[in-house]
Amino acid sequence: MREYKHKLLGYLRREILPTTHCPGCGCGQVLNAFVNAIDDLEIDPKNIISVTGIGCSSWIPSPYLKCDTLHTTHGRAVAFATGVKVIRPQANVVVIAGDGDLAGIGGNHLIHAARRNVGLAVFLVNNYIYGMTGGQVSPTTPFGAVTTTTPYSNAEYPLNIAEVVAAAGANYVARWTTYHIRKLIAAMKEVLQKKGFSFIEIVSQCPVSYGRRVGLRDGVAFMEYFKKSSVGVGTAENMSEEELEGKIVVGKLVERHRIEFTESLRRINESCQKRASGE
Amino acid sequence: METARARQYLSGLSGKMRFALGDEAAAYGALVGGCIFFAGYPITPASEVAETMAQELPHVDGYFVQFEDEIGSIAAVIGAARAGAKAMTATSGPGFSLMMENIGYAIMTETPCVVVDVQRSGPSTGQATKPAQGDILQARWGTHGDHEMIALAPNSVQECFDLMIACFDLSERYRHPVIFLMDGEIGHLRERLTFPNLADVHLFPRGGFDPADESGLIKPVREYGKGEAIHITGSTHKEDGMRDVVSQDVHESLITRFYAKIDRNRKNIIRYEERFMEDAETVVVCFGAASRAALGAVKRARNEGRKVGYFRLITIWPFCQEKLAGIGRRINKILVPEMNLGQLAREVERFVSVPVVRVSKIGGVPHSVEEVYAAIVRETS
Amino acid sequence: MSDAFADKTRSTNIRLAGFGGQGIVMAGYVLGHAGILDGGNALQTQSYGSESRGGACKSDVIISEGEILDLVPPGLDVLVAMSQPALDKYLPNLKEDGILVYDSDLVKPGDCTIRALGLPATDIAEKTFGREVVANVIMVGCMAGLTGVASRNSLRAAISESVPPKTVDMNLAAFEEGFNRGAKQGRNAREDKE
Ligand SMILES: Cc1ncc(C[n+]2csc(CCOP(=O)(O)OP(=O)(O)O)c2C)c(N)n1
Repeated sequence: MREYKHKLLGYLRREILPTTHCPGCGCGQVLNAFVNAIDDLEIDPKNIISVTGIGCSSWIPSPYLKCDTLHTTHGRAVAFATGVKVIRPQANVVVIAGDGDLAGIGGNHLIHAARRNVGLAVFLVNNYIYGMTGGQVSPTTPFGAVTTTTPYSNAEYPLNIAEVVAAAGANYVARWTTYHIRKLIAAMKEVLQKKGFSFIEIVSQCPVSYGRRVGLRDGVAFMEYFKKSSVGVGTAENMSEEELEGKIVVGKLVERHRIEFTESLRRINESCQKRASGE
Repeated sequence: METARARQYLSGLSGKMRFALGDEAAAYGALVGGCIFFAGYPITPASEVAETMAQELPHVDGYFVQFEDEIGSIAAVIGAARAGAKAMTATSGPGFSLMMENIGYAIMTETPCVVVDVQRSGPSTGQATKPAQGDILQARWGTHGDHEMIALAPNSVQECFDLMIACFDLSERYRHPVIFLMDGEIGHLRERLTFPNLADVHLFPRGGFDPADESGLIKPVREYGKGEAIHITGSTHKEDGMRDVVSQDVHESLITRFYAKIDRNRKNIIRYEERFMEDAETVVVCFGAASRAALGAVKRARNEGRKVGYFRLITIWPFCQEKLAGIGRRINKILVPEMNLGQLAREVERFVSVPVVRVSKIGGVPHSVEEVYAAIVRETS
Repeated sequence: MSDAFADKTRSTNIRLAGFGGQGIVMAGYVLGHAGILDGGNALQTQSYGSESRGGACKSDVIISEGEILDLVPPGLDVLVAMSQPALDKYLPNLKEDGILVYDSDLVKPGDCTIRALGLPATDIAEKTFGREVVANVIMVGCMAGLTGVASRNSLRAAISESVPPKTVDMNLAAFEEGFNRGAKQGRNAREDKE
C-alpha cells in the first residue's frame, strides 16, 4: 500500500485512496480546493454534511471527504440537501455534483432552491459532458460539439447555468475554472461563510469523455485552454455577445443579502407560537 | 411530539372529538406520531393532508415545505429523516409514480419515512377528483429491484389517525419507508375522529432498539453530526456504508437482509380484521373504502342466514398470505370487492385454490351495500 | 358469534344541493357535526365543480345510530334544494316518503306528490339579517326543525364553531328563524296525522 503524506490528508478517507477518477480529471482539483478552503476557515468536518448526486463529480466528496455524506439519486441532491438543512441549520450543508446532474435532470430543483435561498453551498462541476455514462451530450455542451449522442454535431445551445441560478435569486453566484485554483479556494471560502443559497460553477475538464473529441487530450491542454479563454466579469461587461463567443466569464456574478430560507421558517414558527399563546 | 412545546400543544387534543376529513385525521396522526417535517406538492385528493400540516407544524416546532414537484418532496423528506426528523409526504397516483425512484433510495439506505398515497382514479390524470384503489401493486412493486414493502390501508377517518401513528412506528422499527394507502373516498369524507389520551400514546423513538425485532438484523439509525463521518448511499454498500457496486456477495447479503428484516417480522407487522368467520363458507376479502360496503353486505346476508364471512386487510404489504391460505382451506369461495379491476383478487388467488370472484368497480364511485350484497347472493345461490 | 348481523337502527340520508358560494358544504358540515355531537354517527361527503362560485355543488350527510357502511346510499330521505338545477337533478333520488325542503325564492318545485316545504330563505336572509350568505343556516335550521335529524343544541354548537367569531350571533339568529319555521310545520304535520 502506498503511503500518502500531506497536511490535508486528515480531511480525507485515506484508506480508500487513490480516487477512482481518471488521469487528468478535474475532480481531484476540486477536492483539493475544497479541503484547502475548509482548512483555511478551520471548519470542523464534524459540522459538514456533504450531499451529492450521481456522476463522477458527485464522487468528489462521496466517499473521499471524511465527513457525514448523503450520496443520493441522480439530480436530486439539492432537494435532499434542503431537507437536511431545515433540520440541521447549523451544519455546513455542501452539494457537489455535475452539470448533467444539477443543470440537466435536477435543473428544476436547482432553480427553486436558489429561489428559496436555502442555505446550501452548491458546487456545480461543469465538465461539459455526461462523464460517468461515457460522454453523452449535456445541457452545457457547446453548440456544434461532437459527443456520443451528438455524433455529427450538437444542434443545441448550452445553458448558462450560473446566470440562471443568479436570476433565480441566489445570494451568491460565481464562476471559476480548475485553472484558477487560488481564486476558486477564495470563492469557496466566501461561499462557506455566506448565508443563503451560494453557488459556484466550477468549469472543469474531462479529458477522457469530452476532451479527446474536441482536441483537448489531457489536463494540461485544458489548463491552457481555460487560461486563454477566460475573461473577468469586469472585462466581459464591455464586450459584445459576439466577442464573448467561446469565452468563459469568470468571477463573482451576484451577491445578495436576502434572508436565508430556514431562518425564515424559524421566524414564522416563533411568531405563530407567540400568537397562539396570546403573547 | 418531539419537543416539550409539541407535547404541550398536542396534549390539548387529548379526548377531543372532531368531525374531520380523513386527510385531516391522517395529518393529526402524523403529528401525534412525532412527524416534524413535511414536504409535498399539491394534488387532489391529498392536498388537505399538506394544508393541515402547513397549518399545524409551526406549533410543534416542525417545518412544512411545498416543493417544486413530488420527486423533490420525497428527496427532502429522506434528507430531513437522515438529519434526524420523523418526516413524511402525501400525494396521489401521479405524484406517487414520480416518487418511486427515491422510495427505492429510502429502502436501500434504510431511512424511516412515511409516504401517504391518497389513491385516485388513473392511469395518468384519469378521473382526477375521483377515488380509486388502483395503486396497491404500484406501492408494492413501483420502485425497481428486489425489495420488501410495508403498506397499510385505513377504512375510516378514525383509522386514518390511528394507523398513521402505526405507520411512523413501523417505519422507525424496521428502518423502512412505509406507504399509507388511503383512498380518495376515505380521505375526502368526514366522520367522527376521537383523539386518544395522548399520554397513552407510546412512540418508537428515532434510532431506538426494538426488543420485539425477530430478525436480529436491524441496527439502530446512525446519526449525523457526531464526527463519525457516516457515509450513506443508495448504491450497494458494505455494512460500513462504503460503496461496493461490483461484488455479487455484497449485494446479495445486503438485499437478503432487507428482505429478512421484514419477512421475519411479518407477524408483528400484519394486521387484519375478521368478522363472522367461524362457520363461513364464503368470505368477502377487502380493504379500504370498499370494505365498508362489504361489511354492510355481509351483515345483510348473515341476517338472511347465508354463511358469509368478512376479512379485511389493514396491512396490505407484507401480504397476509398464510392467513388467507388457511381461510382458503376452510371455505368454498372468496369474493373481492375493490375499486380496481382485480389487483387484490389477483394476489389472493396466488395463495388459495378456491375460486376468487372479482367484484370490481371502477369509475370513481364506491360500491354500494346493494351491489356487494347482490354479488354475494349471486355467488352463494 | 357476538356480532349483531343487522343494523336495525335507523339512518337518515340527506342531500343539500345548490350553487357554489351558497355555503352548501358548510351546511353539510354543520349538520354532520351536530349528528356526532348528538352521540350518533354521521358521515359527510361533498362534490363541486372546479369553480368555487356559481358551479353546481352538493353535500351528502348520513346520520345514523348505527355504523355507517353504505357510502352511496340508495335513496334520499331528505333533499334540501337551493337551486332549480339541484332540484331537477336530485328530486328523482328522493324516496317516496322523503321530504323536500327548498328555497322558494330560487326553486319552483312544480306539482310533485312528495311532502315539501318551501321557505324564502334567501329573502329572509337579506331582509332580516342583511346578509344573503346566512340562507344556508336558515335552510339547515328549517330542515332540522321539520325532521328532527339533529338536535337544536348540537346544531347551535356546530354553527358556533364553524362560522367567523364575529358572525356567530347573526348565524345563530338566522338558524333559530329557520328552525322555528320548520318546527312549526313539523308540529302541524304531526297534528294533521293525529
Ligand atoms: C434517473 C437516472 N437517469 C440516468 C442515470 C444515469 N447517469 C448516471 S451519471 C449520469 C450523468 C452524469 O453526468 P454529470 O452530472 O455531468 O456528471 P459527470 O459524470 O460528468 O461528472 C447519468 C445520466 C441515473 N443514474 N439516474
